[in-house]
Amino acid sequence: MVDSRIVITGLGLTSPIGDSLPEMRTNLLEGKPRVDRIPMRYMGDVPAGVCRYDPLKYQKKKEVRIGTRAGSIAIFCANEAINDSNLDWENVQKDRVGVYVGTTEHGNVETENEIHNISQFDYDTKFWSHHHNPRTVANNPAGEITINLGITGPHYSIGAACAAGNAGLIQGLQMLRLGEVDVALAGGVSESIHTFGIFAGFKSQGALATHDDPNKASRPFDLDRNGIVVSEGGCLYVLERLEDAQARGANIIAEVVGYSINSDATDYVLPNPERQVECMRKALAKAKMAPGDIQIVNTHATSTPQGDIQECTAIREIFGDCPDTFVNNTKSYIGHAMGAAGALELAGNLPSFEDGMVHPTINVDRLDPQCELSNLVLNQPRKLGNIDAILNNSFGMLGINSSLVVKRFTGG
Amino acid sequence: MTKDDIKKIVLEIIEEIAPDEDLADVKPDVRLRDQLDLDSMDFLDIVMELRKQHSIEVPEEEYQELASLDSCANYLLPKFNQA
Repeated sequence: MVDSRIVITGLGLTSPIGDSLPEMRTNLLEGKPRVDRIPMRYMGDVPAGVCRYDPLKYQKKKEVRIGTRAGSIAIFCANEAINDSNLDWENVQKDRVGVYVGTTEHGNVETENEIHNISQFDYDTKFWSHHHNPRTVANNPAGEITINLGITGPHYSIGAACAAGNAGLIQGLQMLRLGEVDVALAGGVSESIHTFGIFAGFKSQGALATHDDPNKASRPFDLDRNGIVVSEGGCLYVLERLEDAQARGANIIAEVVGYSINSDATDYVLPNPERQVECMRKALAKAKMAPGDIQIVNTHATSTPQGDIQECTAIREIFGDCPDTFVNNTKSYIGHAMGAAGALELAGNLPSFEDGMVHPTINVDRLDPQCELSNLVLNQPRKLGNIDAILNNSFGMLGINSSLVVKRFTGG
Repeated sequence: MTKDDIKKIVLEIIEEIAPDEDLADVKPDVRLRDQLDLDSMDFLDIVMELRKQHSIEVPEEEYQELASLDSCANYLLPKFNQA
């Protein structure tokens, strides 16, 4: 069991460019981003990635009111993932299902709302909602899934800054290998566009994107990039041990063959390419693969002046001599979906195993020479033919790096 | 302010906090919890909305007075007329 191969047998997502994988994939190949301009408390309008899924598809109105946006996104993605997996859900042993949801942060939205609420009552705390604590506990998004779906196995959130989506997947994989659960719902969610604090914090840091056209605000690798577009979104996967998936005749979407999480141990916000290199190398080693075996590197690059250069430096060091490895970025379409980013961006690339295409990174009008990589797929999709392996990066504050290696499932 | 006015106010609050419920046939003499999907957190919401919207305080030991629409009207009438 410890050596079990772990496969993806279903996924559910909501993103600014679609609430299903086919819709998202179409927009990625057609080069269609969608970033809105939304009013932000105290700040005026800001660019942000907004999801348009229907919360009432899987929740009652009262559940939407009591719960959080992160919980609602998580519930939507979990239900979609289970449907996609064709699990016989009625007969799945619910205490053998684990829920592992990555979040960059949780509770900012709800606490800001309550402070705003009591500000209308001269800051009298007797007007503070009794819903505040269940809304802000760190396990909220994962816990809301269990209530919605009657899951009685373990649930918790994985706090891992913007590496959280990958970290959620890794946690699910590990729990399957430990035999703690038989089905893992794993990935990440973001409700971050509903907290002004995230936007104001990035602005104070000089890392919040601005652009007259919101659809051009997120522009990794472009010389004129000026920061992050914050987005909401979510993506959860159904993970199973290969033997279980095969026993029930599941459709296997892909296999997670390698992963790594490490720490920079250097700075609160500045990335460290040396540790990023180590992280990618460890993930490749775990997958027993060489850099040249990877066809797509999906970058974390968030469109900040410094971060993009550093990731390119790290990628160049590993993949510089790999003529068959191509590099892209998904944030140029959807902004930075924070805790969902790793899981969501991986999802957008999984159809490559079927269609043989690499979706481009868009909005690159003038490539920053410091971000130049020989196989950066810019503005137009690239037809490769056979695509067998993807390396997906997600990095976060406090120096947390994560890399996932996912392969086309080849049987056996 | 009449008892009917108060029942209308309470129903409007319930409509906000339990938007999935059909309130057309709520029986005034039957416990709200016996005919609607309401839990203790929902009753805290009713207390909070009375406080926010009408500056009415309901002490914890008197929460049971909100059990039915009739008991709400009886209990809240003097409070509303005092406010």
